[in-house]
Amino acid sequence: MFKWLHPYAKPETVYHLCGRWYPWLMALALLLLLLGNIWGLAFTPPDYQQGDSYRIIHIHVPSAIMSMGSYSAMAIAAFIALVWQVKVAQWSVLAIAPIGAVYTAIALITGMAWGKPMWGTWWVWDARLTSELILLFLYLGVIALSGAFSDRQTGAKAASLLAVVGVINLPIIHFSVEWWNTLHQGASITKFAKPSIDPSMLWPLLISILAFKVLMLALLCLRLRTAILLNEQHRPWVKAMAGEE
Amino acid sequence: MQPRRQKRLVAVLLVIGLLTAAVGSMLYALQQNIDLFYTPSQLVEGLGKDKIKPVVGQRLRIGGMVVEGSVKRDPDSLKVSFDLVDTGPLVTVTYEGILPDLFREGQGIVAQGTLIDATTIAATEVLAKHDEEYMPPEVAEALKGIRHVPPSQQGDVSRQNSSDNSTEGRY
Repeated sequence: MFKWLHPYAKPETVYHLCGRWYPWLMALALLLLLLGNIWGLAFTPPDYQQGDSYRIIHIHVPSAIMSMGSYSAMAIAAFIALVWQVKVAQWSVLAIAPIGAVYTAIALITGMAWGKPMWGTWWVWDARLTSELILLFLYLGVIALSGAFSDRQTGAKAASLLAVVGVINLPIIHFSVEWWNTLHQGASITKFAKPSIDPSMLWPLLISILAFKVLMLALLCLRLRTAILLNEQHRPWVKAMAGEE
Repeated sequence: MQPRRQKRLVAVLLVIGLLTAAVGSMLYALQQNIDLFYTPSQLVEGLGKDKIKPVVGQRLRIGGMVVEGSVKRDPDSLKVSFDLVDTGPLVTVTYEGILPDLFREGQGIVAQGTLIDATTIAATEVLAKHDEEYMPPEVAEALKGIRHVPPSQQGDVSRQNSSDNSTEGRY
């Protein structure tokens, strides 16, 4: 059934694929990032209640979405690495973790900077904020665990298991604002309902979300290439390539 | 699928399943403790199946809408008192200090403090809770008929108190 996927389990193929995709992804990401953020931060109308302070939404929401998106991607890669023991999947876990950790940190920091003027506090231990903080600790745990063993293989395996187990946190983050009463407001953009954010503010936000997604893919390509080279350094194809250049 | 892979698949799925069940039951057991605040009706009528009411002197958070016209300010100090409501009963909050910029009548508020009697709380901290709706001021006026004063242009305390939700507010 998945025969067509088999070539992509081969590190050499993935290395070249990532090399080909990286410049396009990076260029697209920068373009969308500039467009979305400049439009959102400078040219959207102010909010009727929060004035200009709400503009941080154009960084806060995309990074929060991608903190969870990166985690799903990492958990899927970890699942494949554990069950099918595909090496490229295992390296992807460690390639994604720092990217996701930075997204989570950005989401937390921008959220705090937004919370101070609007709510009146930097931090409150409500379900949404706490579960997002746990997400950051999960990322840091995956990174730390992978480096905690002298054998790189064992470390990657332990990190993959933690990544898979931590996936339980994702629905908790997502539904925290519905299951419990929190200081954090509900979601503005949902798949099925009409967004509760005005179209003039929605479009730059959607572009920024797409930009953060493409940026994550571009950074993943870059980091995965490095990881493949590091792990395959004694293989003939790497040596042949190194000799060539 | 190879038997070895199948075994690993079952093992990983089992770990995920068991852990989900464990976390799920833990969150279910802690349900009431994870809520950040009591709503006024929970405070008055009791919480959950057992209708547990908080005792006088207990530190807690209360969250609800500020009732229109209920904000009373002491002219000589920062003392303020207002009523909160969700669906039924009113709860009075007294507070001394600076209120957040978003504080206005009709606004969602979360206050932390001590329960003085069944329906009064002496707050030590008042936080504003806003909803997930974002729109330009013109749209808000057309849609909701309200004209809000941006926090940066809000005047002194007494003005802010009287002009919110009225049409005279400058924007």
